[in-house]
Amino acid sequence: MTGSILFLLIVILGALAWFFGKAKAASFASSADSRSLVHSRPNYHGWYVALWAIVPATVFLIVWNLVTPGLVTETALSSPAAQQLPQDAFTRGSILSEARAIAQGQQDQAFNPLSETMVEPYRAAISWYQTLGMVAALLLVFACGVFSWLRLKPELRARTKIERVTMITLLLASLIATITTVGIFVSLIFESVRFFSMVSPLDFLFGTEWNPKAVAGPRGETGFGAIPLFWGTVFIGAIIAMIVAIPLGLMSAIYLTQYAPANFRQWMKPILEILAGVPTVVYGYFAALTVAPALRDFAVSIGISGASSESALAAGVVMGIMIIPFVSSMADDSIAAVPSAMRDGSLAMGATKSETIKKVLIPAALPGVVGGVLLAVSRAIGETMIVVMAAGLAANMTANPFSSVTTVTTQIVKLLTGDQEFDSPKTLAAFALGLVLFIVTLLLNLIALRVVKKYREAYE
Amino acid sequence: MTDMQTAEMADNNSPSTESTLSEISAGDGPPKMTTRNVNVFYGEKQAIKDVSIDVNMDNVTAFIGPSGCGKSTFLRCLNRMNDTIPIAKVTGDITLEGEDIYAPQMDVVQLRARVGMVFQKPNPFPKSIYDNIAYGPKIHGLATGKEELDQIVENSLQRAGLWGEVKDRLQDSGTALSGGQQQRLCIARAIAVDPEVILMDEPCSALDPIATAKIEELIHEIRGKYAIVIVTHNMQQAARVSQRTAFFHLGTLVEYGVTSDIFTNPVQDKTRDYITGRYG
Repeated sequence: MTGSILFLLIVILGALAWFFGKAKAASFASSADSRSLVHSRPNYHGWYVALWAIVPATVFLIVWNLVTPGLVTETALSSPAAQQLPQDAFTRGSILSEARAIAQGQQDQAFNPLSETMVEPYRAAISWYQTLGMVAALLLVFACGVFSWLRLKPELRARTKIERVTMITLLLASLIATITTVGIFVSLIFESVRFFSMVSPLDFLFGTEWNPKAVAGPRGETGFGAIPLFWGTVFIGAIIAMIVAIPLGLMSAIYLTQYAPANFRQWMKPILEILAGVPTVVYGYFAALTVAPALRDFAVSIGISGASSESALAAGVVMGIMIIPFVSSMADDSIAAVPSAMRDGSLAMGATKSETIKKVLIPAALPGVVGGVLLAVSRAIGETMIVVMAAGLAANMTANPFSSVTTVTTQIVKLLTGDQEFDSPKTLAAFALGLVLFIVTLLLNLIALRVVKKYREAYE
Repeated sequence: MTDMQTAEMADNNSPSTESTLSEISAGDGPPKMTTRNVNVFYGEKQAIKDVSIDVNMDNVTAFIGPSGCGKSTFLRCLNRMNDTIPIAKVTGDITLEGEDIYAPQMDVVQLRARVGMVFQKPNPFPKSIYDNIAYGPKIHGLATGKEELDQIVENSLQRAGLWGEVKDRLQDSGTALSGGQQQRLCIARAIAVDPEVILMDEPCSALDPIATAKIEELIHEIRGKYAIVIVTHNMQQAARVSQRTAFFHLGTLVEYGVTSDIFTNPVQDKTRDYITGRYG
């Protein structure tokens, strides 16, 4: 019997437990004299029994599945066939994993004939532990179900207990995202430490030559100076993209909140928000196929030599356009959050609409706008597809927007695509880059959220 | 249109308006603002029906009436603040010094510089006390230099009775003041652009009694320099600060007259019922 059938069986038994629990509760709820004493409705009693039946057994199965692989190997090794295995750890390991794969039906034939001899002990051990786990799980379902069913009494606080279980379930759900983030961070640190044991952190953070090699060059240079990448990232994401996105986003927000007729705003705002959901690959096409060649031709026509068809400007401008809805929506929210009393006060002084916007609304909304811009920057520097497609791979340290530059994310893609060995500094560099990016965007988000929060308090 | 024609038209109108003129006149001297047959619509709903009132320079005019009677709406017609509400529509004649303020050639920005407003909730800008006062004069170019601006700020704060309390901290934020101080700051802000009329929309409803007393004192002091119109929920306040009182009910003007008459000897039964607290 496979795991999924077993699980289905447990669920069915749980449903049965629910019925039995509910029926018992209904029987003492219906007797007139005890009605006032019944704490919870029959439904809750049903859930109480069902959860008792399902949860311990499920937890047991999960733990069992984590523990058994080790036990299986141990049992298999204690079989007589294991005597003839070589002592060398590497061959031994490969034979064992091959035998296991055959025993589980993932592989048909053994590469090493010795593996064949181990298949039978493995198969026996696996089926033994599987049967054991299954029987134990079913016993657990019955034991816990019956135990809780016997405990059903009119005064049992089943409702309170179910509420608590609900709360814990929701808590677990909310913790998963957080724990995953922490896990990512830890794994990044782990790989980065391995990288920094091969390449000095100082060379990495302050070196100016990016040309990663698997083996160090004649003078010990490794080409892991990440400054050109950091510069490229800042140049595209925080400078060019923001030069495009901040004024346009802000102005569109001002138009939408202050000038646009209600029905225009009703159409325009959702459209802008939909734009924020366009896959970045699509923007990437646009940047690489339309904007970049046009910009190159333009640069050539005004006499700029060395204009590349992959340019920082093309990637930055398209990224800026991609970010506009983001900036606009945050600015829109914070301008709309300025109390209308401020606006009325200014208008009643005889200020014009634009004077009111410039001198009262924007200053009052500024913290919110700044928060939005910081969030937009952190999105822009983490953006990958557009730069991969439009900005190129050459790690140039240049302020010429028409030349090709590269960013942290692009290099991570480049380092990790294709066949790579996971112990060369070239591959591990990707994790170090990822770590830097992670920390920077995390800090930007933290600052942005603080700024926005502080501003919200001012008007409450 | 010649003067004669205008006079003729006025003559033609006189039979219908003469009877009401005694009710709507503001007292001695020519009226500062006049309103004739004003209607206000919010979409389909009519908020003000056929209201005619004159506002005089020497008097404080109070608008009283139960919630939703339209007194604030009517007040906001006097400096065209209803323009900021897209669905609001105003008909009838409203004049300031004889000029129709809803005429196409009237510049609403200049109108609002001449007819200032103080709101129900104090709404200082999130700027320094100094910048709050200097905001209007700067916009309208009333000061040519820093010294003149300083002078305007000081004068306005002095008139609003706030100078002594804030003169040492003009660079502090206006929002850091107490509620009563904020409201006096808003009055000072309105005074700073040297308006002819000041509209006050329940200026004390968010304040405690002591702060309210200070505002009322302030209204007494600046009376005569500006025509003042005040909307209030508080009938004692209307009796204390005003010389003329208008009683609104369900969007109509029920009665308008000398404050002491309205409170001691009202003509209309409705007014008497409201004054004596039978409803409202």
